[in-house]
Amino acid sequence: MFCNTSKEISGLGHGMKRKEDARFLQGKGNYIDDIKLPGMLYMDIVRSPYAYAKIVNIDASKALAIPGVLAVITGRDLEKYKLHWMPTLMSDTQMVLPTDTVMYYAQEVCVVIATERYIAADGVAAVEVEYEPMKAVVDPFKALEKSAPVLRPDKGKTDNHIWHWEAGDRAATDKAFEKADVVVKEQMYIPRIHVASIETCGCVADFQPVGGQLTLYMTTQAPHAIRTVLALVAGHVGLSEERIRVISPDIGGGFGGKVPVYPGYVCAVAASVLIGKPVKWIEDRMENLQADSFARDYHITCELAATKEGRIQALRFKTIADHGYADAQAAPSKFPAGLFSICTGSYDFNTAFTEMDAVYTNKAPGGVAYRCSFRVTEAVHAIERMVDRLALEVGKDPAKLRMENFIKKDQFPYKSALGWEYDSGDYHTALKKAMDTIGYNKLRKEQAEKRKRGELMGIGISSFTEIVGAGPSRQFDILGIKMFDSAEIRVHPTGKAIARFGTKSQGQGHETTYAQIIAQELGIPAAHIEVEEGDTDTAPYGLGTYASRSTPVGGAAAAMAARKLRDKARKIAAYLLEVSEEDLEWEPGKFFVKGAPEKAKTIQEIVFAAYTNHPPGMEAGFEATHYYDPPNLTFPFGSYICVVDIDKETGEIKIRRFVAIDDCGNIINPMIVQGQVHGGLTQGLAPAMYEEFIYDDDGNLLNGSFMDYLVPTAVESPHWETGHTITPSPHHPIGAKGVGESPTVGAPPAIANAIVDALSHLGVTHMDIPITPQKVWKVLKEKGVVKAV
Amino acid sequence: MIPQSFQYEAPATLAKALSLLQQYGDAKILSGGHSLIPMLKLRLATPEHIIDISGIKGLSYIKEQGGYLKIGALTKESDLEESRTIRTRYPILMDAAKMIADPSVRNLATIGGNLAHGDAANDHPAVMLALRAEIIATGPNGKRNIPVDEFFLGFFTTALQPDEILTEIHIPVKKAKTGGAYLKLERKVGDYATAGVAVQLTKDDQGHIAQIGIGLTNVSAAPMRASNAEAVLKGKSPTDELIAKAALAAARECDPNADLRGTVEYKRAMVKTLTERAVRLALKRAK
Amino acid sequence: MSTKKITVTVNGTSHSVEVEPRLLLVHFIRENLNLTGTHIGCDTSNCGACTVLLNGRSVKSCTVFAVQANGKNIKTIEGMAEGGALHPLQEGFKEEHGLQCGFCTPGMIMRCADLLERNPNPTEEEIRWGISGNLCRCTGYNNIVKAVQYAAKKMQEAEAVPA
Repeated sequence: MFCNTSKEISGLGHGMKRKEDARFLQGKGNYIDDIKLPGMLYMDIVRSPYAYAKIVNIDASKALAIPGVLAVITGRDLEKYKLHWMPTLMSDTQMVLPTDTVMYYAQEVCVVIATERYIAADGVAAVEVEYEPMKAVVDPFKALEKSAPVLRPDKGKTDNHIWHWEAGDRAATDKAFEKADVVVKEQMYIPRIHVASIETCGCVADFQPVGGQLTLYMTTQAPHAIRTVLALVAGHVGLSEERIRVISPDIGGGFGGKVPVYPGYVCAVAASVLIGKPVKWIEDRMENLQADSFARDYHITCELAATKEGRIQALRFKTIADHGYADAQAAPSKFPAGLFSICTGSYDFNTAFTEMDAVYTNKAPGGVAYRCSFRVTEAVHAIERMVDRLALEVGKDPAKLRMENFIKKDQFPYKSALGWEYDSGDYHTALKKAMDTIGYNKLRKEQAEKRKRGELMGIGISSFTEIVGAGPSRQFDILGIKMFDSAEIRVHPTGKAIARFGTKSQGQGHETTYAQIIAQELGIPAAHIEVEEGDTDTAPYGLGTYASRSTPVGGAAAAMAARKLRDKARKIAAYLLEVSEEDLEWEPGKFFVKGAPEKAKTIQEIVFAAYTNHPPGMEAGFEATHYYDPPNLTFPFGSYICVVDIDKETGEIKIRRFVAIDDCGNIINPMIVQGQVHGGLTQGLAPAMYEEFIYDDDGNLLNGSFMDYLVPTAVESPHWETGHTITPSPHHPIGAKGVGESPTVGAPPAIANAIVDALSHLGVTHMDIPITPQKVWKVLKEKGVVKAV
Repeated sequence: MIPQSFQYEAPATLAKALSLLQQYGDAKILSGGHSLIPMLKLRLATPEHIIDISGIKGLSYIKEQGGYLKIGALTKESDLEESRTIRTRYPILMDAAKMIADPSVRNLATIGGNLAHGDAANDHPAVMLALRAEIIATGPNGKRNIPVDEFFLGFFTTALQPDEILTEIHIPVKKAKTGGAYLKLERKVGDYATAGVAVQLTKDDQGHIAQIGIGLTNVSAAPMRASNAEAVLKGKSPTDELIAKAALAAARECDPNADLRGTVEYKRAMVKTLTERAVRLALKRAK
Repeated sequence: MSTKKITVTVNGTSHSVEVEPRLLLVHFIRENLNLTGTHIGCDTSNCGACTVLLNGRSVKSCTVFAVQANGKNIKTIEGMAEGGALHPLQEGFKEEHGLQCGFCTPGMIMRCADLLERNPNPTEEEIRWGISGNLCRCTGYNNIVKAVQYAAKKMQEAEAVPA
């Protein structure tokens, strides 16, 4: 691991304890619901009990009769200000509040404003809404049938098809499939899930009628973008960008779910503007699960073509994407399918073709990039499952088949069949390390013996490639704003610094890791560098934290801004030491004269001089800003191996071991990287075995609370074993790649592959996640291993 | 998730609680609150009056007395977990207590509340059926003992009268060669059972099963006894074949609904597997 | 609206307050006392973010009414550090990186305080079952287990040294 600074400086490679922990450990974090303003009102939301219904009447009289209820705001009220609709980030539109029809279960119908939280809740219970239910369209395949009701006539639609997207060479791929020795095919579903951060969403909107300023405290991963969006959609009612301040306080987990603008936020802002007082809105858990953006929900038909020896030749994927009532993805504008075209994975394909059709249904709109760089999870699951499927077909060990098909180390930078340029990789080494760590060959022997005894044990591999760090401005924008990110470093005369960023940590530890990057570049101890994010009045403009972009983009900006300061420091040092700049050499923390190390100036001395004795003609002070536009994305990768034992009679699955070898390039803080991997693995376990939204035929969500939406506890979550290889990114200033999402992306196929592997000798080739005991038992019954009563 | 307003009383004595109950008519009893408060927060229950009995002295104990293990209704699940009597002599109760919700919930949730709620998804009802317990209800006219088989009447319905409070549980004191077990299959830890099976049995000197009780969790509208399964094993030497037959009987006599926890077919199969395993574990413990 | 007067000792300070009977303990702590370290995560007693000690035992304050706490002692995360020194659990969570976003952390620490009180030297398995009513979405629990082990060791060492 790269580490050339002292512990005192704590640059790259130091497992520095986190600077942000002190407040969290003592109950002094400042989360959205902790914010209290004088005269603050509370908002609560009336939600639809139907997935698809006409609103016949809203009678708020009983609610308004409750002392303390100040207002009930409906879609009709917002319509007067043209605020009843809002754009999504994907050029679609969605209702803020409905004027006549509700389109999904738990949709916002109207809001109640009251002096207290409890009174607002009473108000919600007292609002009487008369509905005329209609037959909901729940299944995306049925939604595409001619007979299906058209859900979005407001978009000028005559069917429920939203868009078609494709990548690759269709003709060449079809040809390769025709000629192939072996073709494997599976239909798979990547279910609709939810980020379920432990903190729900909320805001406090504080509009000052006299000056027309709006301060919006909001659980947002992208405060600057939110400010711009507000200015664009509410400019006509007087909200102007210079008078909007968005403050994103401490965030209790984001994972992509706190990127979108939800109707509740807009209603709270509208209420504050209308009433002229601060309005707080905090969702409860059920609202959060039922109505906030979902993730995934892809139905994928997967095909691989190969030689009879298992040499992969071509890939053909066709996807139906269920977006619910609106395409409310939080993805770069030009990427309706996100970065799904990473689906050729870690393998050297000659040709590939993937296409996708997006569909409207009567479900909550979405979807968000849940701890995933825009649809990478879906892509990786599909390819990693299919590689195992192929291994089964040609009778080859899945590790061996992977080794034979990996892109080789010397092929990087590698141009993929679907157009990406992978920056660097060494897939063979990572898989070998994972196999050695877990004792792969021994496990295979044990499995063979157990099979003879009728016991069920499986080993699953996932050798994934991620694509993160969106992104280069030539391709990546959100609503036209290029996906750069920014850092501003200001070093005070005594050599202590404050650094501000356009990103926003939600637990990733930016206050520590960004300080370490700057410490590495400037030699100022990380402990002396304060990191601040989330206030649009003070931080430089940036697109925010999601899609593993903080280190690849924000971290790069930090390094580049620090390097600008180091260049200035060199000039000052040369002046102070009375030598030319070329005669100076840098080591973290000081410049010294080549061949005379005793003639040196520390960074602190240099900074002090920048304020007290700066060279003639030079600007005083010591600050720099950098807006970093990445030249390419980064491609973290890893190999995971999972071992499961299955109870034949109950179908229960026990993860015996799970080894994760990650490669995220150079490591900033190994402790934080390992922590990110642990957490991501549990978030990968969740959809693999526990979490999934289940709707009935009427579009009611059946498991919209933590009683039935099964977030894993410490008991379900196994003891994760982690390790790493290091293959630096050649284009990133510090060679880092980002790691937060690798485990969420990589873990589900490793677990699914292990379970299918345990059952493969029975003729099982695929199981959709989440793989529950009940599903396993059903398969065992179908294969005659167990009997129904 | 805010409850509707209500009036609250916290009587210090059982007599006062009973008189308030009579006075209000529609009042709900609160002990640990972990069944009632979630319903209040969802506004599925909107009582005008709540009578908090948790402050009543003398209703929390675990003691063997007069041929019974007597458990006070306000005994918390965590008290059961920490009781030496329960740990050493009534492992079936220990099994159940450890599987109910999670440790913080068990610090407040009471055994009386768990039973009085009449929920077939709760764990204690099946255990009490297996143990052939008596539920002691106290009303304006004093106490009455309700055999557990007469206590659970239907879906969330018990034999408790509106003016009665569940105050005590009597379990026949452990005899020699008696063992019990409670096994529960759950989607994740702390969940309600997909299926649960409670078995308590006593062997005679020949190793035959002299007495057996089998209760089932969450596979019927009301907590149920697997009578047919009991009949298969009672008086018999427990061979593998008979245990399997009993398990099959339990699976057939239960009446589960399909829901998020499983299909009817799966739940029946789980009742079979859990019954076999619980009988074997109970036999092992019946030393 | 009728209210009840309750007297509750929170982190050593006694408070006598008139409250609505339906006021949840978590809101009493957060809103009436402004102790916002105790969080709300699920409302259904599944996540444990609201965990506090009630007479020394961990409870989920979203499923307790403030009136139920009348006459009792409450300890919240704000009462854990004494005399400026972090509690061994707080120290353990920092040293072993047992927290990320920090939202579940106060509840997790309060739960673990009760766990260690009853079981001063728990195994990994016992810790995992012991915190099974507290959800963490960030850490994957590995480092929380280590944090509790760190605290257990430290507390036992402190016990072994006579003051």
